[in-house]
Amino acid sequence: MPVEVLTTPFNPWQRLADYEARPQAPHGRIGATAVFVGSMRDFNQDDDVRAMTLEHYPGMTEGYLERISAEAGERWGLLDTLILHRVGELAPQDPIVLVAVWSSHRREAFEACRWLMEELKSKAPFWKRETLADGSARWVEQNTPG
Amino acid sequence: MWINVKFFASLRELMNRAETRVELPEGGSVEDVWLAATDGREQPANVLAAVNMEYVDFSAPVSDGDEVAFFPPVTGG
Repeated sequence: MPVEVLTTPFNPWQRLADYEARPQAPHGRIGATAVFVGSMRDFNQDDDVRAMTLEHYPGMTEGYLERISAEAGERWGLLDTLILHRVGELAPQDPIVLVAVWSSHRREAFEACRWLMEELKSKAPFWKRETLADGSARWVEQNTPG
Repeated sequence: MWINVKFFASLRELMNRAETRVELPEGGSVEDVWLAATDGREQPANVLAAVNMEYVDFSAPVSDGDEVAFFPPVTGG
């Protein structure tokens, strides 16, 4: 159930394909795969956003993501999970986060993927700072409701 | 006892530093760390705290060598 904080741009679909192709993947037992990919919008609160910087708390972030992965695995009996999250400088449409969940049945996959995203957004120590079209910058003070 | 203090995001900018070290008498709490590290500054709304990378309340006790972090509400994902 790996988690990774990435400092450079990534292609979530390529990473997902690479991860699923590993020989040790639970081939044959998987009946459901739920995937969430979050990307950077070019607007927020009616303003045009040109760029974003994502900061995190090294160590605490990874520890928290590992903990919720393990908790989801236990609670929904998952076969595997993968969480990737960007930090650093981002441009509009850059992928920010990938949460993938593998299980035998769809209910567990849907529910665990949603739960992991909401836990991540409400407690994982990441912070967004956005640069607007007029060149000014501001910290994002709260996430949009799920 | 000595405590290592970290500030993140908007709080780091407000404090004008990412980290500091403070000395406290034994038996201190996260609240005491805040007061020592910020020269008694009033807490901005919704400040969160972690001790050794675990979320805690401001009433939580701290020990020598602990890492105490203060940060605003998180906005990842």
